Amino acid sequence: MTPEEKKVFMDKIHAFVGMEMAPPTKGPDDVNKAMIRHWCEVMGDANPVYTDEAFAKASSKGSIIAPPAMLQAWSLEGYPMHSPSKDEALLDNQRKLHKVFDDHGYTGVLGTNCTQEYFRDLKPGDQVIAHTVIDSISEEKATQRGIGHFIETVTRFTDQNGEKVGEMRFRVLKFIPNESNKVESAKDEGKPEVPTRIASPRGHDNAWWWQQVDKGVVPIQRCKNCQTLRHPPRSMCGECQSIEWDFIESKLEGEVFSFVELHYPKFPGYQYPLICAVISLGEGTRIVSNIVGCKPEDVKIGMKVKGKVEQVDEKTMLPQFYPA
Amino acid sequence: MSNTKTVAYKAVQVGDKLPPLEIPITSSLIVGGAIASRDFTPVHHDRAAAQAGGLPDVFMNILTSNGLMGRYVTDWAGPDATVKKIDIKLGAPNLPGFVMTITGEVKAKDDATGIVDVAVVGENNVWGMHMMGTVRVALPKEA
Repeated sequence: MTPEEKKVFMDKIHAFVGMEMAPPTKGPDDVNKAMIRHWCEVMGDANPVYTDEAFAKASSKGSIIAPPAMLQAWSLEGYPMHSPSKDEALLDNQRKLHKVFDDHGYTGVLGTNCTQEYFRDLKPGDQVIAHTVIDSISEEKATQRGIGHFIETVTRFTDQNGEKVGEMRFRVLKFIPNESNKVESAKDEGKPEVPTRIASPRGHDNAWWWQQVDKGVVPIQRCKNCQTLRHPPRSMCGECQSIEWDFIESKLEGEVFSFVELHYPKFPGYQYPLICAVISLGEGTRIVSNIVGCKPEDVKIGMKVKGKVEQVDEKTMLPQFYPA
Repeated sequence: MSNTKTVAYKAVQVGDKLPPLEIPITSSLIVGGAIASRDFTPVHHDRAAAQAGGLPDVFMNILTSNGLMGRYVTDWAGPDATVKKIDIKLGAPNLPGFVMTITGEVKAKDDATGIVDVAVVGENNVWGMHMMGTVRVALPKEA
């Protein structure tokens, strides 16, 4: 989009802010036991106040109630949602807004936040009427999914007496899908890709080290001139400045010099609990690795460890250290 | 398993952990949850539609995530508890074949109202955080 086109687009979308999504919508069904039971069955929710009449009557609820999280379900359109009208004039304002986004390349949609408040328990026979307003549209944001705008709607839910029974804030991201995401989905054949660890950096000075690890050997670089060992790999000896080197194979025996447990954020592809440690190897150099095979609380500085090279995921060979 | 005991407000401490719950994610759960919540958006029951949207398979709708979060807390709190609010932030989609583990911890208590805030996280074993948020629940003072 040129800056002029962008301005026209922004004006178009901002015109929707404050609009009612549609006239207030009453759900096709009043709150009823059959839909409650169906919901509980799927959710595995065995709370007896939802389905056991005698229990509910004797409880503080006085009768069967609907699971609060069903709030929005009572007002959804149902089956017609699977194919919205092709006639633009018949679309509700939310769909019209989404269409403006779609027409400008923001074809992706993703729910990001939902806050529901419940002001009273709903019981069979209650009616639920939804009043939804397009509350705000954010400035353009760069997200992991792509560039987009957040659209926030607010829905007030009222009952047959006009009393407010609940409220919902719902935020979606309308975005231009990232090229990289597209490539990923194109090669998908219905199986989600299982993430692997971050790939090892294989540059001019260290690729050889990882290639040895791939073969199950953990090398320690050695200066050919003065025999000093060094790790991580680098081109020149820090003692004598020689650039001639070879390597020895580590026995992977050592002790914990320092460690940390990574809690948050959890990275896809890594197994938790995750201990990252600096190990002092018997050969005299140190190496950063993981401690596995024991509980995080059992890891101590000075603890003796023994390592081996393991395949930790589909693509990655890594030294892993166990309590000795 | 039906839980007929309600937790008393005074028995709850900030820092209390709820027992974790593992939910195997299946196509049946995803489609069943979408239909039980009257959400017929195609990406939740039609794999071709989900793939057109860039995901490999049908994925769980938000109402089901909400329902599971509510269920998780009332499983612990019991039938006389009243859910006041569910505030949920969504992360990675839940797809068939994943396993979601839900954990929770009591984060705050309000003596005046008997209200307890439980922080809940649902993580799947493949793509990580699916949902995190707070469930606000009112408990009876004494059980």
